Amino acid sequence: MKPILIRGGHLIDPASGVDALRDVLLVDGKVAAVDAPGKIKNGDADVIDAKGLVVAPGLVDIHVHLREPGQGYKETIATGTAAAAAGGFTSVCAMPNTTPVNDSAETTRWMLSPERNAAIRVFPIAAATRGSMGESLTEYTSLKAAGAVGVTDDGKPILGEAIMREALTAAARLNLPVIQHAEDTRMTGGCSMNAGPVAFRLGLRGMTVEAESSLVERDLRLLAQVKDSRAHLHVAHLSTKAALDAVRKARRNGLRATCEVAPHHFVLNEEAVGQYDTHAKMNPPLRAEADRAAMIEGIIDGSVDCIATDHAPHAAHEKEQEFERAPNGITGLESALGLTIATLHGKHKLPISRIIALLSTQPANVLALRGRGTLAIGAFADVVIFNPTAQWTFKAAESKSKSKNTPFDGWTMQGQVQMTISEGRVVYKRG
Amino acid sequence: MQAKTSVKTAGSSARKAKAEPRSSEEAPASARGNIHPGSLLSSNDLDLAKINSILALADELETENPIKRAERLFKRRVSLLFYESSTRTRTSFELAAKALGSDTSLVSALSSSIEKGESLKDTGITLKALGAECIILRSPYSGAPYLLAKETGLPILNGGDGMHEHPSQALLDLRTMLSRLKLGSKVTEKTLEGVTVTICGDIFHSRVARSNALLLPKLGARVILSGPQPLLPEIAGQIAPNLTIERDFNKALDQSQIVMMLRIQAERLAGLSLDLEEYKLRYQANAERIAAHAPKAVILHPGPMIRGLEITSDVADGPQSAIAEQVHHGLAVRMALIQRALGARSLKGAKR
Repeated sequence: MKPILIRGGHLIDPASGVDALRDVLLVDGKVAAVDAPGKIKNGDADVIDAKGLVVAPGLVDIHVHLREPGQGYKETIATGTAAAAAGGFTSVCAMPNTTPVNDSAETTRWMLSPERNAAIRVFPIAAATRGSMGESLTEYTSLKAAGAVGVTDDGKPILGEAIMREALTAAARLNLPVIQHAEDTRMTGGCSMNAGPVAFRLGLRGMTVEAESSLVERDLRLLAQVKDSRAHLHVAHLSTKAALDAVRKARRNGLRATCEVAPHHFVLNEEAVGQYDTHAKMNPPLRAEADRAAMIEGIIDGSVDCIATDHAPHAAHEKEQEFERAPNGITGLESALGLTIATLHGKHKLPISRIIALLSTQPANVLALRGRGTLAIGAFADVVIFNPTAQWTFKAAESKSKSKNTPFDGWTMQGQVQMTISEGRVVYKRG
Repeated sequence: MQAKTSVKTAGSSARKAKAEPRSSEEAPASARGNIHPGSLLSSNDLDLAKINSILALADELETENPIKRAERLFKRRVSLLFYESSTRTRTSFELAAKALGSDTSLVSALSSSIEKGESLKDTGITLKALGAECIILRSPYSGAPYLLAKETGLPILNGGDGMHEHPSQALLDLRTMLSRLKLGSKVTEKTLEGVTVTICGDIFHSRVARSNALLLPKLGARVILSGPQPLLPEIAGQIAPNLTIERDFNKALDQSQIVMMLRIQAERLAGLSLDLEEYKLRYQANAERIAAHAPKAVILHPGPMIRGLEITSDVADGPQSAIAEQVHHGLAVRMALIQRALGARSLKGAKR
């Protein structure tokens, strides 16, 4: 692998506190040198001119559905990671609701095999309970040894108190987070969007805020009961102010609680369902405007640890159904950076460095992905190079994902990825 | 920094995104993705001009010589696609289509490929390929008519979708009210000013309630929703202007010129705790209650009625009841809707 020298770019690396013009040298898949412009000698390196562009640690998405094994008609590890690379991501964490459920070291290793042709680094998140049935724990030790970076029953929340406490305790011993999709499914049967006047008018049963917040509160209570200081609860795709307030309070009380918010939850509200647009159907649902605003506020004030896409590809025929029958979820990898910059930087004036922290540094920290989310010397040569001011139109048809289920087709984005480098290899170059 | 921020607030941008064709290969000549203007999917589709033209057409068709009427849509093809059982709506749409001379075909869930798992989209495309020019859809899923309209490009008439709407029912209810209150059939935003309509019962599950609550305020009516909390959540009052919630049915009756009783949908009550005896005590339309609180009001019911539960026979069959008339108005309104959907002009004043 030839060394790469990125010249003249504006390096933003929140982990090492750099926000300045720097050249970056990548050798053997690692960051070899970072220095003022012109200081590093070319040597035999391929030189990339990054003048006018931001050079940042590759983005990290800790919540994606790559659909393999078993659902390759929606996405494969190869197509999902290609989409991720195009979106500027160099690390993605794959949820276990595959077919079969990833509840074994064997499946975890299968996902990590070179035969999957992953474009970038995949970190499996394994099932917290066997078959995600919520009854007995999976083998956390062997899962971690096989490469799992967390445990969750995403999509099938762990409702039982005893088993959740067990999971938090067992995961703590291995310093793994338990990730909860916080939805008390006993309160959401038959529901397909947020509860409120819009759902009532559309004749759709609605998921209440309490269905999310009550389970977050329950989990935080259990977390407080686990004596091990390493016990870590991560709330996936948090979508309501009430749940965010619960996380804030727990953190003030010293609990190790983290949370992520998906771009669609800070960009759209429940009105986007419009005339039963199944591309606006996801779980948690798009919420009321006040909750959307609360997500923005939580991101800006630092209560939200990171942005994660919940990239959830589905085939066209699955989404072309009656709203209540269509599956939940939208793709997100290729629109995440553009939506985040347009909204948080363009509208809310959040500095680009904070956006890098939310999309790279902090998610890497939440799941303890060592050497990721930073371009400090010795870190992995995971780099995204993007133009922070470029506006462009997102076209679902041009997506590298196998599925095109996005509500953002035709939207204007800000911040365009020029190149993505994963462990020293160029995995995406804007054509 | 940006002159124009690229991400607009929720809602509006979603609509904007939808307004653009998804991709050229997905949008063939049939105007896929657009809802045919002859469709009726929701009361929200109707402004006063449209309401007036439908009511005028209903009047005209109702009194027309049946032989001439049957020439209007001679041999045109209307499909009835029914995923749920129905007596009134199905028969009434079918008779209406036939009265205009069109051929009808009925596809119902239990005797078609729907049973084998065929999707609504494919069923719609098949009906279209067989020559259907208009589809009347009843579905257990809210919003299904929007999907069918967008996928086929045909005019779709919503014959009831889940808990969402039943707009032809609201129009026939309106025509019944206008007729009973002797208000003529030319309406304005003030026609029902001073008229209070109480809709009582299972509002939550009722598509009839939603369609009426959205339609009647457009003509100036005040609509009171009445029922117990599990069947009438507070948010119901926010879906249209001029809506109020009155849990005391007697108080609602005291103010009403029109009373619309709804069926308790036993099949949809799963999970709700509802004491039927207490319900009857508080919300049943029976002779004593009506005599005491609404002795002159017109009593409506979209059917099917559960006699002895939400309404008693003496009220349903009594002089204040307009329930049979509703069915009769249904035929006229549905003739007008089918005629409108197929785009044929009114014969009156049309050049022939």
